[in-house]
Amino acid sequence: MAGILNLSRRDVLKSAGAAAGLVLGAHVAPRSLIPAAKAQATAIQPNLFVNIDSAGTVTITCSRVEMGQGVRTGIPMILADELEADWSRVKIWQAPGDETKYDPAGKDGQNTDGSRSTRHHLDVMRQLGASGRYVLEQAAAKKWGVDPGEVYAKDHRLYHTGSGKSFDFGDVIDVAAEIEVPADNAALKLKDKSQWKYIGNDMPIVDGYDMTTGGANYGADISIPGMKIAVIARSPVYRGKVKSFDASEALKVQGVEQVVEIPALADDKPAEFRALGGVAVVGTNTWSVMEGRRKLQIEWDAGPHAAHDSSTYDDALIASAQKGGVAIRQRGDVSAALDSAAKVVEADYFVPYFIHTPMEPPVAIVDANVRPVKVWAATQSPNETRQYVAEALGVEKTDVECNVTLLGGGFGRKSKPDFACEAAILSKMVGAPVRAQWTREDEIRHGYYHAACAQHMKAGLDEQGKITAWHQCGAWPSLLGLWNPVHKTGFGIEYGLGLIDMPYNNVPNIRIENGEADIMIRVGWYRSVNNIQHALAMNCFANELAAAAGRDPLEVLLELIGDAEVMDLAEDGVEEYWNYGDSVEDWPIMPNRLSNTLRVVADKAGYGKELPKGHGLGLAAHRSFHSYVAAAVHVVVRDDGSLHIPQVDMAVDCGRYVNPEGIRKQIEGAAIYGHSIARHGKITTTAGAVDQSNFHDYAVTRMSDAPMDVRVHIVEDFAHLKPCGVGEPGVPPYAPALLNAIYDATGKRIRKLPVTPEDLA
Amino acid sequence: MVNLKVNGVSRQFHGDPEMPLLWYLRDELGLTGSKFGCGTGLCGACTVHVGGEAVRGCITAVSAAEGQDVTTIEGLDPDGNHPVQRAWRAHNVPQCGYCQSGQIMQAAALLDANPEPSDQDIVDGMEGNICRCGTYQRIFAAVRTAAEEV
Repeated sequence: MAGILNLSRRDVLKSAGAAAGLVLGAHVAPRSLIPAAKAQATAIQPNLFVNIDSAGTVTITCSRVEMGQGVRTGIPMILADELEADWSRVKIWQAPGDETKYDPAGKDGQNTDGSRSTRHHLDVMRQLGASGRYVLEQAAAKKWGVDPGEVYAKDHRLYHTGSGKSFDFGDVIDVAAEIEVPADNAALKLKDKSQWKYIGNDMPIVDGYDMTTGGANYGADISIPGMKIAVIARSPVYRGKVKSFDASEALKVQGVEQVVEIPALADDKPAEFRALGGVAVVGTNTWSVMEGRRKLQIEWDAGPHAAHDSSTYDDALIASAQKGGVAIRQRGDVSAALDSAAKVVEADYFVPYFIHTPMEPPVAIVDANVRPVKVWAATQSPNETRQYVAEALGVEKTDVECNVTLLGGGFGRKSKPDFACEAAILSKMVGAPVRAQWTREDEIRHGYYHAACAQHMKAGLDEQGKITAWHQCGAWPSLLGLWNPVHKTGFGIEYGLGLIDMPYNNVPNIRIENGEADIMIRVGWYRSVNNIQHALAMNCFANELAAAAGRDPLEVLLELIGDAEVMDLAEDGVEEYWNYGDSVEDWPIMPNRLSNTLRVVADKAGYGKELPKGHGLGLAAHRSFHSYVAAAVHVVVRDDGSLHIPQVDMAVDCGRYVNPEGIRKQIEGAAIYGHSIARHGKITTTAGAVDQSNFHDYAVTRMSDAPMDVRVHIVEDFAHLKPCGVGEPGVPPYAPALLNAIYDATGKRIRKLPVTPEDLA
Repeated sequence: MVNLKVNGVSRQFHGDPEMPLLWYLRDELGLTGSKFGCGTGLCGACTVHVGGEAVRGCITAVSAAEGQDVTTIEGLDPDGNHPVQRAWRAHNVPQCGYCQSGQIMQAAALLDANPEPSDQDIVDGMEGNICRCGTYQRIFAAVRTAAEEV
C-alpha cells in the first residue's frame, strides 16, 4: 500500500454514505490502474474508509461481500483493533461496487471468492486502523498542546500519559480533520501482536440481531418505486433458442402485464456471465408471474448440446482419463518405476456435476432507465456485475452503479452475474425497474455446474510397500469453456486446485496428466472447485495403496507427504504454478503443515482405537487456498446401507487468523457441505436438459443426515505465518475421509460420488 | 376476499385467494423476513405460523388463513427477544442467515407444542428446514437452550 490520506476535507463523505466526520482512506493504484495513474499524476484514489463522527461512532466500510463467511465481522475487526476502537461503538457500511475506491489490497477487484478476503486484507486493514489512531492521537496532542509522543489511544479514548487527561474519539474530530497522515507507512505505529484485543479472539457476527428478527436484507428484499417483477423461461438445453412462443394464456393471469422475449445470445459470443435469452413474464407480483410462466407455450430449438447425455458423457470422461493426456508435472521416470514395481495398483475415481443451491436463488433488481444505471444484486462480484450489465445495455461500466445486498449463500454461483444482465435487459425493454427472480428450478436447471471429473490413478509399490511411482490423469470440462467453448483441456488455475500441487512429496516418480473433455454445459466454480475431486482421488487412492501394502493408512499418508518445509514445484518442471494468485515466497507449499494437521486430527479422533463392528474411522488431508485441513470422520454403517456420523474432527491450519469463532463456523459448515456432496450431490442430463429440478430430486443434507458433532481444532503451530483461506478449504477433505471411513467399517471401496445406500447395502 | 390477522393487525386481501401466503406477505405487505427458497414446501425458508402452527408459506394459500392469526418472524416478539431468538444469538447460529427466519419460526412452534423435546423430537421437528451453510449443529444446540428457557 502506498499510503493513507486524511480525506476529511475532500468531497468523499457523500460517497461514503456516512455523516460528516473524520474519514480516512487508503490510496493505492491497483495494478491495473498504474498506467493511468502515471499519466494523470492526480489519479490517486481513496478506496477504503473509516469514518468517525463527533459522537464517536466509528463506521467501517466493508468492501467484501457477506454470504455467510463472516466477512462483515472479520475484516472490520482488524481495523477496529488497530484503531483502538470499542467494537460496541462500531457500525459497518457496505460499499457498492467501485474497485477504484474499495479494493485496498489492489488484488481482488472486490470479487469475493477464492477464500481471499482475510489473507489479502489483514495488512492493509491494520494500516488503515493504525493511521486512524495516528490522526486521533495527533489531534488530541494538538488540543492539549503536548507532545504527541505523550498521547495514546485505548478503548475509544485518547489519554495523556503525564496528566491522565482523556478525550473520547468523538471529542477531537474538529482538529483531527486537519491532521496529515504520514506519507510513509513506516511512521504508523502498528500494534504489537501481543496488544491485539480483537484479532485472534472470538467475535459474534455483526448481523446476528437482524438475521434473527427478519430485518436482514437480501437480494429479493429490495423494492424500488415502479418496480416490476419478472421470471424467465429459459431453454432446457444449454444455448438453445426460442423457436416460437404463445403467451395468450399467460397474459390472462391476474397480475401479469407483459411477456417479452430476451433475445438469445449471439452464437459468436461466449457465455461468460451473459444472459443467454428466454421468454420473460413481467408483472406486479411474484406469484402472478410464476403462474404466468407455467402457462407459456414455447417451442425450443435445442441446438447442438442436445447430444449431452451425462451417462455417455461420464463414460467418455473416464475413457479420456484412462487414455492419458498432456503431462503437467513430471518427476523422475514413472513408466520405468511402474515397470520395475513389485506391485501396481490402478483405480478410476469419478465425481459428477454438482449445483450450488444457495438457499437464496439468484436475484437482481435493475433500473436501466436512469443514469447511472442502478443495480441491487445478491452478487459476490459487484464490479463484474457492473461490467456485464454495462455490456448488456450498451453503456459504459462507469455508468452502472452496483449495490450489494446480503447474500443468502453464494458458494461461487453468485460471482457470475448473468442474472443481473437479465434484469437489466428486461428493465430496458419494459421501461421500468425490474426485479428478475430465479426460482429453485431455475437455479438447478440453468446454473454453472461444478465440473464432472474422472481421474485415472496408477501407482507402483516396492517389496516393502513403499510407493515408488504415482500417475494421475484427470479429465473434466474446463470452466475456461465459458470464454472458449471449444477448449478441450484444463488450464493453470484448474491445475492449481490441488492437482499439479499433489502433495505426496516423498514419492520419487510422479506424473500428473490432463486428458481432454468436451464442454456441453455451463461449467463454473463451486465452493473449493476442483479441489473436491483431487482431494478425493488422492486421499482415497493413498488409502487403497495402504491396503494393498497391508500397512496402516495414517502411516502411509504421513510417509507420502513427509515433513519437508517446502515443496518446490519448479523442481518438477512446473514453470507456472498459479498458487491461488499469490507468490510462493509468501505462501509456499509446506508438506510439514499438512502432515501436522493429520497428526492433530488423528490424535483428537483417537485414531487406532478399537471400534465396534460396523464402525469406521477415515482420514484425509488437503491443502487448498493456502490452508491445510485434515478430517477424521467416524462412520457407522448399518446393515440396510444407511449410515450415521457420530463424530467428525477437523484440524485447520490457516496461518495467522482473525476470528476463531468464524473459522469454527466455516469448518462446521464445510463438513456438512462436504457431506452433502458425498451423499447426495448429482446432476445428470438427458438430451441436453438437466434432469433435476428441486430439493426432492436434488437432495441436500438435512439435520437427520448431518454430522452433528463436528469438532474444529485450530492448529496454532504455524499461526505466525501469513493468513490463509477459510471459506473453502474445509470442504475437500471431508468426502475422502468419509469414503475411507466406510472402507474401514465395511471393506467396501467406493470410488465415485455420491455414495448411495446401494453402494453400502 | 380473505380476512386475516397478520402480526396482530387485521387485514383484508382482495386478490387471488389461491396466492400463497408467502407472496402476500412479501409482495403485498412488504414483510420480507419470510424467505423464498424452493416454492414447493421442501426447504422451510418461508415458515410462518397460522393459528399457532408452523406452515410453509410458499404452498399455503392465503384463503387457508381465513379468520386466522398469522405470525411472521417480524411478529414473533416485539423486541426480537423470543427465547428462540435469544438462543440463536447466544449460539451465534446464522452464517448467511437466509434460512434462519424459517428455522426460528419452526423451532418456536416446535417448542410451543412440545416444551420438553427429546433429541429425536428436535431432529424430527427441524428436518424440513434446510440450511446450506450447515448450521445444523448450532441450530440443535440453540433449540435445546431455548427449551430450557420456555
